[in-house]
Amino acid sequence: MQLHINTGDGVPIYLQIANQVKYLVASRRLAPGDEIPAIRVLAHQLLVNPNTVARAYLELESAGVVVKRHGSGTYISDAGSPLARKERLKILSQRVDALLAEARHMQVEPDELLKLIKDRQQSLQSPDKQ
Amino acid sequence: MNTTSITSIIEVSGLSRKFDSKLALNNITLKVPRGRVFGLVGGNGAGKTTLIKHILGLLKAETGSVRVFGFDPVADPVKVLGRIGYLSENRDLPAWMRVDELLRYTQAFYPKWDMAFAEELRHQFGLDPSAKIKNLSRGENAKAGLLIALAYRPELLLLDEPSSGLDPVVRRDILEAILRTVADEGRTAFFSSHLLDEVERVADDVAMMFAGQVVLSGTLDDIKENHHRLIFRFDAPQSITPQVPGALSIAGSGNEWTVICNGSRQAAIAGVARAGGRVVADDTPSLDEIFVARAGTKHI
Repeated sequence: MQLHINTGDGVPIYLQIANQVKYLVASRRLAPGDEIPAIRVLAHQLLVNPNTVARAYLELESAGVVVKRHGSGTYISDAGSPLARKERLKILSQRVDALLAEARHMQVEPDELLKLIKDRQQSLQSPDKQ
Repeated sequence: MNTTSITSIIEVSGLSRKFDSKLALNNITLKVPRGRVFGLVGGNGAGKTTLIKHILGLLKAETGSVRVFGFDPVADPVKVLGRIGYLSENRDLPAWMRVDELLRYTQAFYPKWDMAFAEELRHQFGLDPSAKIKNLSRGENAKAGLLIALAYRPELLLLDEPSSGLDPVVRRDILEAILRTVADEGRTAFFSSHLLDEVERVADDVAMMFAGQVVLSGTLDDIKENHHRLIFRFDAPQSITPQVPGALSIAGSGNEWTVICNGSRQAAIAGVARAGGRVVADDTPSLDEIFVARAGTKHI
């Protein structure tokens, strides 16, 4: 599990950890049942206060993303995380926003953009016609 | 006296100190809870080192009081200093000694010195036992100072600007030492720094000093939650700085302005709305931004 902490942009570190784990789950780089590092191990790896990691894990646990198994460790929840779909859509929304802004900048109307998306999808489904 | 029941390892109340006519410390009150990492931040000349000297009993409180482990460090130096691992800003180690001699020499002062742990640290820090202190690089010198502060597993690790002037690799060793101190045995770490990104990474509690005063203190989480960074946009360029209620600092020009505020975000947003601006971003500022905003307001 590779996380990156940035103290420059102001986002609280526990939130950076929680968000990045959610992102990894949403993008399927962490699968249900995968174990995530112990609090001290991750704190040492990221060079942050263990209490901060503990707070991030608590946040993830209450959001149902991870489960603690008594005396064993912390795992990505089997439910595949109830948040996963919502998170996935959230990630995509950010991409769509950027795309819309760019399209507007290039004077491409949303309808035209939508058509482009559909065209691209078709050519992805039948790559030989590309 | 059972000192393990004391929850505040350091307790400073109403401490003031004058050097000639200059007020170096102005009515300082702070508590350092057991088992936490406490970061003292402030610019050069803010009074951090003077405060640390009071905690060590090197300076006697003129006004107010200082208690460490429940004792007065000036009256009871033995009960206090033997339990503190201290790394000074100047790292004044005896230049003529070799690294192994420094370890044996320091061991003599501390009954709880752990030679196996000292050796482990020496290996980890890559210090040659036969090297003369005077020939060590700046980074190695800091590591040697850190080693002798850690090797008797002090209840309180007290570091004055430990990262100052060091490369990122040595800074990492120092931050690791702080975190390990607290994680392993519930001991306490107190360090001063002007590198706010480091403080933001490792501290549980923060006190911010400016011109001899503590201008802000609390848990890092609370401090972050109580400060907001708002970016406002006006339809028309603003030729003069807009007035924002509760703002600690305002920066920008033309249509966009960034405000760091404390407490009521709603009041700030409403105030700007009356002047014709709207919020385009609402985030948490970094500790560095909070510090700069706070220092700015106290300048005048």
